[in-house]
Amino acid sequence: MIMVAQQSAPPSNQAVVPFLFYGFAALTVLSAWGIVAGRNIVRMAVYLLLTLAGVAGFYFMLSAEFLAAIQLIVYAGGTLILIVFGVMLTSRHPTAHIIATGWERVLGVVVATVLAVLLLIALAGTPAWPTTGLGTSIHAGGAGVAGYSSVQTIGKALLSGYAVPFEVGGVLLLVVMIGAAYMARRRTR
Amino acid sequence: MDALIHISLIHFVIVSILLASAGVGTILTKRNAIGILIGVELILNASALNLVAFARFHPWAPQGGPALDGVMFTVFIIVLAAAEAAIALGIFLNLYNTLGTVDVEKAQEMKG
Repeated sequence: MIMVAQQSAPPSNQAVVPFLFYGFAALTVLSAWGIVAGRNIVRMAVYLLLTLAGVAGFYFMLSAEFLAAIQLIVYAGGTLILIVFGVMLTSRHPTAHIIATGWERVLGVVVATVLAVLLLIALAGTPAWPTTGLGTSIHAGGAGVAGYSSVQTIGKALLSGYAVPFEVGGVLLLVVMIGAAYMARRRTR
Repeated sequence: MDALIHISLIHFVIVSILLASAGVGTILTKRNAIGILIGVELILNASALNLVAFARFHPWAPQGGPALDGVMFTVFIIVLAAAEAAIALGIFLNLYNTLGTVDVEKAQEMKG
């Protein structure tokens, strides 16, 4: 579906928007309610990963690319790993539920293979990119293609209008780092 | 039918409502403390999605992108969620070392 969006997309790709929206909505809402219904904590963590990915897709739809990126990096890459570590450290026999068996293993291999084939097909259908040698830039101006760059806007705002919350957030993260390390340390009495 | 095809603010708000209610349901039904933390993350995501959607469909939003304030609030929500998860898991580890479980029903030592 992403491939369709990029290939048959003149500037206004309105026809694809409902499909993308309902796809992301199904992913997000179904996995969120899967968390409610779930009983296995590891499975709940995987459903949370799917929900976070769906919300990141919504951020892409809303043209907040920077937010989508940090949603995937910080949430799916950081917070979720932290939760999985917490599950592993606080469950009696967590590995009994993590090992995939039988058809699950086959399903994983099949999904990975299909994904690789689809990506290669999409790459084969893409016209050649305008490239230059290493060390030279084709974007001299720095602005995005659409004229709106969320990364540039957010970066400027963080160091001008939002400088105080930015600094407070930095101090908060330092305090959290020290506090979490203090609380999780091994007692030596 | 037209309202189904033209995606606008109301659609995102409905998804956000479903996410937030799933988070509340998770918090209410789980006894594992980490499950409750997952529910809190769902609610935070619902609020963040709401903020970005309202920023994108705001009349003052810049051409082709969301208004800055909603995006900045969401950035700080993500920062706070990461901080909250780290502290909460530190507390849960201490709870597990003390009680041998993260079942919130069993953590009643401070009950008067």
